[in-house]
Amino acid sequence: MKTSNSASTALRRRELLAGAAMLVFSATTVRAATITGQLPWTPNAGNPPPRIKLGPWEFFTGEEGRAMEALADRIIPVDPETPGGKESGCAIFVDRQLAGSYGRQEGLYLRPPFQTGTRNQGHQSEKGPAQEYREGLAALDRACKGAFGEPFADVPDNDKDLVLKGLESGEIKLEGVDGKSFLAKIVRDVQMGFFADPIYGGNRDMVAWKMIGYPGARYNYLDWVGRHNERFPLPPVSMTGSAQWTR
Amino acid sequence: MPRRLPKKDVVIVGFGWTGAIMANELTDEGLDVIAIERGPWRDAPTDFPPSYMQDELRYRVRHELFLRPDQLTFTFRNRMNQAALPIRSWGAFMPPNGVGGGGVHWNAEMWRFLPSDFVLKTHLTERYGASFLPEDMTIQDWGITYDELEPSYDRFEYLCGTSGTAGNIKGKIQEGGNPFEGPRSRAYPTPAQAQPFSHTLFGNAARELGYKPFPQPSGNLSQAYTNPLGLRMGPCTYCGFCEWFGCSNYSKASPQTTILPYLVRKPNFALRDKSEVVRINLDRSGKRATGVTFVDSSGEEWEQQADLVILSAFALFNVQLLLHSNIGQPYDPVTNTGVVGRNYTHQTMSTVNGFFDNKKFNFNPFIASGAIGMCIDEFNGDNFDHGPHGFVGGGYMGQVQTGARPIESTLVPPGTPKWGADWKKAVKDNYLSTVKPGGGVHGSFYAYRDIYLDLDPAYKDRFGRPLMRITMDLKENEIKQNKFLTDKFAEIIKAMGAEKLAVQYRTAPYDITVYQTTHLNGGAIMGTDPKTSALNRYLQSWDVPNLFVLGASAFPQNPGYNPTLTVGALAFWAADAIRSQYLKNPGRLVDA
Amino acid sequence: MRRKRYRAGFLGGVAILSLAAMSSARADDSDPQEFTQIERGRYLAITSDCVSCHTVAGAKPFAGGRAIETPFGYITAPNITPDLETGIGAWSDEAFDAAVRRGIRPNGARLYPAMPYNAYAKMSRDDVQAIRAYLNSVEPARNAVVANTLPFPFNIRATMRIWNSLYFKEGEFKPDPTKSAVWNRGAFLVDGPAHCGACHTPKTFLGGDRLDQYLQGSYLQGWSAPDITNDRRVGLGEWTVEDVATYLKSGHNTITAATGPMAEAVSLSTSHMTDEDTQAIATYLKSLPGKDSGDKPLPADTGTMTAGAAIYRDQCSACHGIEGRGVPGLFPSVANSSMVRSKDPTTAIRIVLRGARSVGTSKEPTAPGMPSYGWQLENGQVAAVLNYIRNSWGGAAPAIEAGDVNRVRSDTASRPD
Repeated sequence: MKTSNSASTALRRRELLAGAAMLVFSATTVRAATITGQLPWTPNAGNPPPRIKLGPWEFFTGEEGRAMEALADRIIPVDPETPGGKESGCAIFVDRQLAGSYGRQEGLYLRPPFQTGTRNQGHQSEKGPAQEYREGLAALDRACKGAFGEPFADVPDNDKDLVLKGLESGEIKLEGVDGKSFLAKIVRDVQMGFFADPIYGGNRDMVAWKMIGYPGARYNYLDWVGRHNERFPLPPVSMTGSAQWTR
Repeated sequence: MPRRLPKKDVVIVGFGWTGAIMANELTDEGLDVIAIERGPWRDAPTDFPPSYMQDELRYRVRHELFLRPDQLTFTFRNRMNQAALPIRSWGAFMPPNGVGGGGVHWNAEMWRFLPSDFVLKTHLTERYGASFLPEDMTIQDWGITYDELEPSYDRFEYLCGTSGTAGNIKGKIQEGGNPFEGPRSRAYPTPAQAQPFSHTLFGNAARELGYKPFPQPSGNLSQAYTNPLGLRMGPCTYCGFCEWFGCSNYSKASPQTTILPYLVRKPNFALRDKSEVVRINLDRSGKRATGVTFVDSSGEEWEQQADLVILSAFALFNVQLLLHSNIGQPYDPVTNTGVVGRNYTHQTMSTVNGFFDNKKFNFNPFIASGAIGMCIDEFNGDNFDHGPHGFVGGGYMGQVQTGARPIESTLVPPGTPKWGADWKKAVKDNYLSTVKPGGGVHGSFYAYRDIYLDLDPAYKDRFGRPLMRITMDLKENEIKQNKFLTDKFAEIIKAMGAEKLAVQYRTAPYDITVYQTTHLNGGAIMGTDPKTSALNRYLQSWDVPNLFVLGASAFPQNPGYNPTLTVGALAFWAADAIRSQYLKNPGRLVDA
Repeated sequence: MRRKRYRAGFLGGVAILSLAAMSSARADDSDPQEFTQIERGRYLAITSDCVSCHTVAGAKPFAGGRAIETPFGYITAPNITPDLETGIGAWSDEAFDAAVRRGIRPNGARLYPAMPYNAYAKMSRDDVQAIRAYLNSVEPARNAVVANTLPFPFNIRATMRIWNSLYFKEGEFKPDPTKSAVWNRGAFLVDGPAHCGACHTPKTFLGGDRLDQYLQGSYLQGWSAPDITNDRRVGLGEWTVEDVATYLKSGHNTITAATGPMAEAVSLSTSHMTDEDTQAIATYLKSLPGKDSGDKPLPADTGTMTAGAAIYRDQCSACHGIEGRGVPGLFPSVANSSMVRSKDPTTAIRIVLRGARSVGTSKEPTAPGMPSYGWQLENGQVAAVLNYIRNSWGGAAPAIEAGDVNRVRSDTASRPD
């Protein structure tokens, strides 16, 4: 993943006899560059995705993490063939996303004034996903403590589902938080973690891809385009490979 | 105080398709050309390799190749009596950023417009009468005909190695092609792509219903190809990661695969990346551009002087730069005066998803290319009698599913819970047997008096300039058009053998949060009358003759097709006018 | 009639006189302004690829200063522009010839064979004089180069006497009367100005040519230059003469593409040769018999092969195709790539780890690149996929281990190319 670190490290040959101009370019710099004479090139170029580190939560507190795992297991319950959301790593996925640029709202336009508009004018709050999760999970646990005497993670599963259905329909309201949109967000993010590449923490061992029959990060299907209505036999592969890559 | 750079013959603002086409043409003419691009240099082996390109989260959900709203965005409202609010995070469309522009991440769907599309106002008025058109519809003729543009269409198609089956060669209708298309001078450079299972089934169903399906013309090539510049491309391998993604194996037409390696070798061409043009500078008369001012990634300001300025920054940014540079009179919808910001349009998209019996159908939907699909054109343009229907316009439709990346393609039939055990089971049961066309219905979006662009009174960008404001909504004409088309489309999906359908019409209000397409057009339109157009028929500014504005900003309204082939053809057309007329005698090419 | 050459950097009348004296001293020295000679010299300089070693990227041509990597350390190539003080402008034509064809400097010191004088020795006096005339016509550049940069004991140039006695054979090229003119022209170019053996012939530990393995491939500067005899498995055996000529002319053919140091040789030298010359080189190389190693392919069901097959299908096939044939002119064929099957897999390993950009020429401008896989594949996986490629589709080559990959990984870590 490392790239060369000096602007002049790319040795280039000058097209003297054709009279073309020189190129000194490093793909690693953030600086603007002038490109002329040749296509830019450095070895080890590129920007592969960083692998998440397993271990302690990077964003969630312990309680939030428990709540998130419990939510993941209701949104994607365990069944005999495929793990549930928790074991698949969906809560880990959400945690690492919230700890990263997504949670920090990097790249979004965050200038004031913040005004409420119509629904189809889009998100207009200063709060980003990180804050919304923090507030939402806290409000959820508060509501469950009020109704059941326990935080969401410890509520019996059937009741958990009732809570989520209530949030979805709008019957159950959360204090200070739009429960309906919070639930929609959790569902979307957990399911996203379920189907994303395992490098991001969810879809551990590609369990989701195995469940649906998606062959993963492959590139060449030329020998299969014409094979209609046949099961594609190869197992899924992620950006970091598969068990088949072991010697 | 900006630092001055040595003067060049030509400065090109924005380096996507049109910038690259123009740069190649003008350097061939011997001119000294510098191109300035806001985003970074990109290329397949260094930026979208097959080892990590297939990352749906990174490139589709977090859209890493695209412009960050923080760098530049717009405000949006549906109607003039609303306050516009900033688009803080992209939704309905996603502007490009970087060398190659949209040409890097597009689907390479390569459609010509119909002959009638170029003379739309005249044609519809003649056929249906002026009162048939909505009162606030402001469609116009383009000032150029299909026949005039045909050689440029051909040039761009051959530059890209387009894979397709011709439908009309010099007036003779060809079996297997689009019988409605305008006459082309010769066949496509490569044969149509092979169609996977569901796409083939759609074609069969359409044929049985009496339509004439044909393969979508594709810039993802069916075989290896060497283009007229000597650049080699490979065959598309149906990876299913086309739109939103760069192509890893040189098989999708882009500036990188069809122009740049050849162009960059010329000593009279240079490109500055990560540099944002903030203004086109004019002399004191206001009638002549002297060059541009740009800001590089360190924040330093520079001035690049040039004799000829080509504005090719993508439709929205073209209009915005014209407004910020005080070129042309800004459009005022109340008084109906001015031209910059007039006739802004999008596309009217919808789809129908089909759920099939997984014991009978396995579509392997992850095997697809960006421009795959069998399509029908019976309901596009004025290809059918609109009299009984009370709307104008139309679009092509087809099973144009470009892949099945799991985050977005794990659909469940209507009525299924959105989470839980039932959801999980439904996802498992349906993934391989769902038809999800994506942009299955690709309809026109005509122009209206109160759908336009101007500058926002409240919100500013990082340079302190006003953001551009988009006022846009869906009108009754487009809603009716879409309902009609979508219902027809649903019939075909059903005829394929779908057990359940999920029909998704396009309805008002226009929603900025859900992705539709980035086919944004108009705002600096071409035409024959300087009172209602910003450019003449050669895409030359009526106000500043040494400025040409390339891109879909020139479209007076948007037909029912993807825009890029026409955008590129117009760039060739304008380049030709510059080379054969303008350079010999700089000045207005058309009398006002 | 000799015309006095007028040149920038003149010091005064004395200089004019002494130069006139020097240049008129030898009756057979050619007139430096004579167009034909300069053109001939320019072409010979192209075939000799002087500009490559004697130029630093971005600086003036022939002005020297480029560090040439040898197994013994770095040698800095001198300034060979006609600058009087820092270049070779003050050298006599004799001195120039002695340097180019015998490795001796005007002060008697020896050149190191990084300057391939043992190859250039094959050229004639006239050839070298023409190169001199050409170099005299390029723009003088003021650039004082410190040439002595090898570590002890190699910096003692006197040791070159011993080296020369072992490895240097003086004498112009002698055509073989039993062979065609085309073959002889090819032999002259390969062994003379184009000095292919400098990279493609393996070296002894002292840096001299191993003539018993003539053109059978060698390691240098972090790359392995492949076998370019007609060996079926690891050489040009599966290429036609046309394939070889096309490769030299454009950097690409239906099978493979030039990258790394060969991209430079193509771009600066061979792509500018005449069609006759590239044909001649091709004819000559194809006439050199291979050694037919008789390697047997690794069995397909071993762990490294099955893992390699999976990695190949999942990753490499995107460009190199499911059958390994690539796309002619765009993606090299790995199925019949002699470079991939080389005994020394350094180049294959480093390309997989670091990626590569193939050369762009006017005949083949695409210059496609290969991405880097070093971040994705562990050493054992790189070995596996290369073992699979080397031993499939009719190929055979010795197994690569994870340790081999690791060696290349660490060796190339600080390299800029």
